[in-house]
Amino acid sequence: MHPAFSVLFLTTLIGAGQGLFLALFTGQIFQQFKLMPEQHEPDFYVIGSAVSVALLLIGLFASFFHLGRPERAWRSAAQWRTSWLSREVIALPITMFAIAAYGAAHYFGLTHALFFTPGGTGIDATLLLGLFATIATYALFVCTGMIYGCIRFLQEWHTPLTVINFILLGTASGFTIATALSAWMGTELTHFYASWAIFFTLTAFVFRIASMIRNRKIKPKSDMNSAIGVRHSGVQQKAQGSMCGSFNTREYFHGKKATFVTTIKYIFIFLAFLTPLVLLIMSLGISSGESIFVVSLFAAIAQYLGLLAERWYFFADARHPQNLYYQQVS
Amino acid sequence: MKTNPDSREQTSLAQGTEVKTTTCYMCACRCGIKVTVKDGEVRYIQGNPDHPLNKGVLCAKGASGIMKQYSPARLTKPLLRKPGTERGAGEFEEISWDKAFGIMEERLGKLRAEDPKKFALFTGRDQMQALTGMFAKQFGTPNYAAHGGFCSVNMAAGMIYTIGGSFWEFGGPDLERSKLFFMIGTAEDHHSNPMKVELSQFKRNGGRFVAINPVRTGYAAIADEWVPIKPGTDGAFLLAVIHEIIKLGFYDRDFLVNYTNAAELVDMTPGSMEEGMFLRFEVPEEEGCFDPQNKLWWDRELDIPISMHTEGVDPYLTGEFTLDDGTPCKPAFQLLKERVEDYTPEWAEGITGIPAETIRRLAHEMGIVSRDQKIELPIQWTDAWGKDHDSVVGNPVSFHSMRGLAAHSNGFQTIRALSILMTLLGTIDRPGGFRHKAPFPRPIPPCPKPPKGWDDVKPNTPLNGMPLGWPADPDDLFVDDNGEAIRLDKGFSWEYPLSVHGLMHNAITNAWRGDPYPIDTLLLFMANMAWNSSMNTNEVRKMLVDKDENGDYKIPFIIVADAYHSETVEFGDLILPDTSYLERHDAMSMLDRPISEYDGPVDSVRIPVIPPKGECKPFQDVIVEMGARLKLPSFIREDGSPKYRDYRDFILNFETAPGSGIGFLAGWRGKSGEKSMKGEPNPNQWEMYEKNNCVFHYELPKSFQYMRNWNRGYLHWAQEHNMTRYDEPINVHIYSEILQKFRLAAQGKTNGRQPPERLRKRIETYFDPLPFHHEPLESQLTDTQKYPLNALTQRPMAMYHSWDSQNAWLRQIHTHNYLYVNPVLGRNNGFDDGDWVWVESMHGKVRCMCRFSESVEPGTVWTWNAIGKASGTWGLTPNANESKKGFLLNHVISEELPPHEAGEHLSNSDPVTGQAGWYDVRVRVYKAGADEPEITSPQYKAVKPLPGMESKRRGKWQAYVAGKFRKKMGLK
Amino acid sequence: MVDKNPYDANPTGTFFNRVQTFEIGTYPKTETVHFPKSCLHCEEPPCVPVCPTGASYKREEDGIVLVDYDKCIGCKYCSWACPYGARELDEQQKVMKKCTLCVDRIYDESLPEEERKPACVMSCPTSARLFGDVHDEDSEVSIAIRENGGYQLMPEWGTKPANHYLPRRKTRIKIHEDELERVDNPLSKEERKRHNAPGEGPSLDDMTSW
Ligand SMILES: Nc1nc2c(c(=O)[nH]1)N[C@H]1C(S)=C(S)[C@@H](COP(=O)(O)OP(=O)(O)OC[C@H]3O[C@@H](n4cnc5c(=O)[nH]c(N)nc54)[C@H](O)[C@@H]3O)O[C@H]1N2
Ligand SMILES: Nc1nc2c(c(=O)[nH]1)N[C@H]1C(S)=C(S)[C@@H](COP(=O)(O)OP(=O)(O)OC[C@H]3O[C@@H](n4cnc5c(=O)[nH]c(N)nc54)[C@H](O)[C@@H]3O)O[C@H]1N2
Ligand code: SF4
Ligand code: SF4
Ligand code: SF4
Ligand code: SF4
Ligand code: SF4
Ligand SMILES: [Mo]
Repeated sequence: MHPAFSVLFLTTLIGAGQGLFLALFTGQIFQQFKLMPEQHEPDFYVIGSAVSVALLLIGLFASFFHLGRPERAWRSAAQWRTSWLSREVIALPITMFAIAAYGAAHYFGLTHALFFTPGGTGIDATLLLGLFATIATYALFVCTGMIYGCIRFLQEWHTPLTVINFILLGTASGFTIATALSAWMGTELTHFYASWAIFFTLTAFVFRIASMIRNRKIKPKSDMNSAIGVRHSGVQQKAQGSMCGSFNTREYFHGKKATFVTTIKYIFIFLAFLTPLVLLIMSLGISSGESIFVVSLFAAIAQYLGLLAERWYFFADARHPQNLYYQQVS
Repeated sequence: MKTNPDSREQTSLAQGTEVKTTTCYMCACRCGIKVTVKDGEVRYIQGNPDHPLNKGVLCAKGASGIMKQYSPARLTKPLLRKPGTERGAGEFEEISWDKAFGIMEERLGKLRAEDPKKFALFTGRDQMQALTGMFAKQFGTPNYAAHGGFCSVNMAAGMIYTIGGSFWEFGGPDLERSKLFFMIGTAEDHHSNPMKVELSQFKRNGGRFVAINPVRTGYAAIADEWVPIKPGTDGAFLLAVIHEIIKLGFYDRDFLVNYTNAAELVDMTPGSMEEGMFLRFEVPEEEGCFDPQNKLWWDRELDIPISMHTEGVDPYLTGEFTLDDGTPCKPAFQLLKERVEDYTPEWAEGITGIPAETIRRLAHEMGIVSRDQKIELPIQWTDAWGKDHDSVVGNPVSFHSMRGLAAHSNGFQTIRALSILMTLLGTIDRPGGFRHKAPFPRPIPPCPKPPKGWDDVKPNTPLNGMPLGWPADPDDLFVDDNGEAIRLDKGFSWEYPLSVHGLMHNAITNAWRGDPYPIDTLLLFMANMAWNSSMNTNEVRKMLVDKDENGDYKIPFIIVADAYHSETVEFGDLILPDTSYLERHDAMSMLDRPISEYDGPVDSVRIPVIPPKGECKPFQDVIVEMGARLKLPSFIREDGSPKYRDYRDFILNFETAPGSGIGFLAGWRGKSGEKSMKGEPNPNQWEMYEKNNCVFHYELPKSFQYMRNWNRGYLHWAQEHNMTRYDEPINVHIYSEILQKFRLAAQGKTNGRQPPERLRKRIETYFDPLPFHHEPLESQLTDTQKYPLNALTQRPMAMYHSWDSQNAWLRQIHTHNYLYVNPVLGRNNGFDDGDWVWVESMHGKVRCMCRFSESVEPGTVWTWNAIGKASGTWGLTPNANESKKGFLLNHVISEELPPHEAGEHLSNSDPVTGQAGWYDVRVRVYKAGADEPEITSPQYKAVKPLPGMESKRRGKWQAYVAGKFRKKMGLK
Repeated sequence: MVDKNPYDANPTGTFFNRVQTFEIGTYPKTETVHFPKSCLHCEEPPCVPVCPTGASYKREEDGIVLVDYDKCIGCKYCSWACPYGARELDEQQKVMKKCTLCVDRIYDESLPEEERKPACVMSCPTSARLFGDVHDEDSEVSIAIRENGGYQLMPEWGTKPANHYLPRRKTRIKIHEDELERVDNPLSKEERKRHNAPGEGPSLDDMTSW
């Protein structure tokens, strides 16, 4: 497939935004359920949520570039019964609002316990909103992932790994950003986030590698024979009906040499996984101050760039069966 | 025919929308179309289901006509090369038609009064040679020809000199009834939509289709069997098939006896002036252009010579006999049999590359199907000798062939072989075989004759003779006392005696060289002679601008009549903008190339559906007006005033002779349209055509539809309607006495004209009365070790010659072209699919991209014809792919053969007919250097748009929004 | 429909139906296949459910798959979900386009009955394209599919295209040995019954007169 930049930005940005929110909320849960020492950092949640919403907004903005007729974008929610794209279109603003509300709740300090769990933990509005936003976030992850995962013809995408990867990669990048954010604000959560970021980055790495191994083994379901219905091993296309390409030659093929694609693969493995892992591990060894912020910021930037490359590769790697009909220009 | 009284405005569509019928001219097939016009603009074009030719179907080109109409390449103003600028520099100024006419009147009037041969008129892809030929004749110039000479004159001449009719527009295979069909060397051809319709029906009916072609594309794609053949070797294949057919006795003996000259006795007296001539039982003055029935047969019963067609006589086809006076003789068939004796399938295998087994099997298929699957139709008819027949019999094997045979310099003899094979199988004008289309069959050869000498060319006098005609013997040649050419193109000279369509491909070179003489004005109409229709294009372009010692152009004045900004327009001094086919009246006339069907004559017209763009003027109107201004007799009244207002008026009122009742159109003649074929002019003729889908179809009675060469009823009918002068039978020339006459002249065995010394050998060799195979001339003169490959072109279905690159829709399908090569060839020569390669012949070289293909014979490379363009022409930007990646093979093809004993400057053509040998060129192909630019070579300096052309090239986007063209294709 | 660079380098545009060419086999056993491809109007069109706006839809009454250009947002998602590459984005109008099966034509009451067919069916010279109801067992198309082994493209995806393709047909002739020989061989007529020229050398006639 041809990787469209709008989609690369859309998916990576909202993924990071969602991950960041999950990081915030994880932090809150850990504190509130006393899994780690409690601290009071409302600013962190407010600013974190704002950053998360901002990422989602930029992503949304980027997505408009993907539409031929953005002025009609409102129509796209219509088919939520059948279309994952519609569902995403619905889930995205909901998530955005939920995260915004979560941030607002922190801002307005709605932290009075509304009720208590049997264990005696106070449940406040932020927690409820956070819970809701978490559900929305996961729903959004699933929607985004399923947009790609549900297309049977793109066998590289048609696997649960697609959704899992979207979740893991988004989460990993979100946690890394949370680490940087936390370092920047000088909260105590930096090492906590760094550890989680390491965990998610590693897991994401494992799953991404798993999907690459899977994809390498895929046997395309369609071939020249089924495409034109002639059973013979030597079928070659000589003309595709237009000489200077068409939508079909532009949309479904990246137009780059195989070496370029491989390079991108190594770049993303290096940037999205190895570099942040090293930097994050380094950051664990730094107690505080500027340097931990710099290190984690680099980790976040590297990882984001890596994810852009990863997403590019994700598209480039997917072979659409329609390409069988568009092999040779003449 | 199904007629629809108001087919032109059938359905009441949205307001301001009309549907008009006319005839397509996106190619020469001439399908009936329905054009939907809204607010004066063409919206879309559909096939006309009520048209007999295409029955509603259309092709990609036909449907894209609208984009041609609105192409930015349209010329809209008469243009004059700016005084003081160089020819070819592209500097023109707009002038009025009045001025344009004034310039031509003065110049041509002077030439006509002083030396009419200095005006040369050559026309390309037009279909109105009746008008342009008449203009030339009236003007008095011998220098006129249409495109046939570089197109397919071999097919026309080879077949007409053999069976009195030909493929091309004048006949074809009866696929409705045929069972076995061979298509030889055809990619697309003129009759393209009908051919497709018929092929599909044929295949659906279980017919078997064999394609013989070095390349498998186009029609051959759906063939049941593809037989790859080495180019230029079909003669060997056909002769081997004939060998096998005769050997096994698969020929239709009755047919040969009754309808051909197979049984006629040939004088075998060695060394005599009659050697090789038929024996005649009486030798009257043989007047007219038909074979008098005065030859001899040898009676099997009485074993004596007897006058042919004596009632009840069955002659021998083989054997050797001696007349009472000791004259040795043989039936023509015996000579054919002897000729093919050594032409075994094994012999042909070595030449054609087709396994002997395959040749044999195909011959057997032909023989068995023609013999065992006879068709008998219960149609009574009477033959020319008065014998009644209860039925029409057919042997359902048919053939079609075109330029794959024609465009080789051995094509004439190859096509003779094919015609003879068709005759042996008994398939001439019979069901399931070859069928004629009116006005064919014609006598062998047809009656019109060229002028004979300088006496026939006089100032202020029409030419004495037809500019193009059909020589029957050396005395019909158009030569001076030394036997040298009088025509600029050297047609009808001993160099190319039967060049019945002229040799347009040599006109420019000869004019430039002043050989046989310099000319003054060259008028090119609808021919892209600075590009795809000239051989050796690169040099020809230089000749067009070359000057003599005095600094004057060697060709002093060039007039180009075109509708688009072609490569040739750049070289004009005066440019006449023609209309598009949707803007003018045209007649597909019986005097020219009508669209007849097997069942009878059909002619058709074009009627404008929209007014001319800008100041475009139909070229026919220009001819009619110039005829009157120059006071050419046919175009003026006795008082000298113009006889016709315009072409429309000309068509209505012109008669071949006063009161003849024969005009350009055969339908709805007579005062009120009650007559057909013949009748006084009808003032409402155009309206009647318009009401009838622009077509007139005369269905012959069933009994006149077959065996027309020998069908008394038909021949009478044809004579009565002045379609032919004589109603004599037209026997097939298995053995060609006409060719023998030329050979005898070359051998000095004549009292008449003899060829110049240098050409004796050539005439003697190639004017063989029996078909034979020889290597194409170019191969004979090429180092074939160095240039081992044959290079061909083919017609793509979606493009017509050079003129569709301007079409925004069609050019997406063919934006540039590749050289197609067999992968084996590529690998052996170190280049790969998609690589840039050089194609080099001994005449020139071209750099292009190659594409591997398994459907091409490994000794052949080919490309689509005329896709490559010169930068900036055709309304395209200078960077258009057509000029940067597209290429023209013509640069490696020469218009002249290398000097050899027959002459310094002989045309690269068939020595019999002057047919351009496009497909003879030998090349080698090698990889282009890594440092070479990825662009085709040669390249030409980009030309700029002309005054009057749409000033701004269209923008990046063009939405096809119906009826919005005037609004500059706005986005909204 | 739109063209980009109509008269410039690299012209390209939107087509509803592209005719492609394939070669099968190696020389000299090569088949050349011309292969027209438009939307196949799948019975299970994967392109429809994915459309977020409902612009892509399949008509209940006749199964024709269409795009509502007024609703389409040009997200291209439906085209991803078509394995045949039958949809092309109109890159100027920015909406998805594809073959409409000429819905405007086939139901146009102002046209004569026999012209209520898709334009490509009407204009195809070889009648290679047939049009009719695949659900009607007696329709021309159903018969052709049934009797000539019509097949669907990429059946593995379960899209069940309504448009079927018919396999190529080959006609061969079997030659029987005995057909090469016949009693009525015209060659038999060529045997000389009598000699024409006098026999070589003197004969009795030269010796005596009885
Ligand atoms: N679409 C379209 N239609 C056209 C035209 C066009 O430009 N475009 N042009 C029109 C004109 S002017 C003409 S003259 C006709 C020509 O119509 P065709 O006769 O079909 O002409 P070509 O395309 O030149 O095809 C020649 C075929 O002969 C094959 N061939 C070449 N050499 C040999 C040989 O030695 N033996 C055999 N057996 N085959 C050989 C080539 O591979 C090719 O397939 O088409 C007319 N129709
Ligand atoms: N290499 C190679 N060259 C070949 C051939 C080949 O097989 N191989 N084939 C040869 C053959 S068979 C032929 S017939 C020739 C064809 O060659 P040409 O006869 O030169 O035909 P076209 O290229 O179609 O160009 C004719 C000119 O007519 C113009 N024209 C189009 N429509 C109109 C109109 O309505 N009015 C006027 N006045 N002009 C119009 C076009 O703009 C163009 O300039 O090419 C020959 N050239
Ligand atoms: S074959 Fe095509 S281009 Fe030629 S006349 Fe017919 S519709 Fe027009
Ligand atoms: S061919 Fe493609 S676009 Fe057409 S219905 Fe089937 S899936 Fe949809
Ligand atoms: S491009 Fe248009 S039709 Fe296709 S999925 Fe998007 S909105 Fe629907
Ligand atoms: S059915 Fe109509 S829209 Fe579809 S390809 Fe044919 S002509 Fe085009
Ligand atoms: S019109 Fe008919 S013959 Fe031509 S490409 Fe289309 S389907 Fe094939
Ligand atoms: Mo031609």
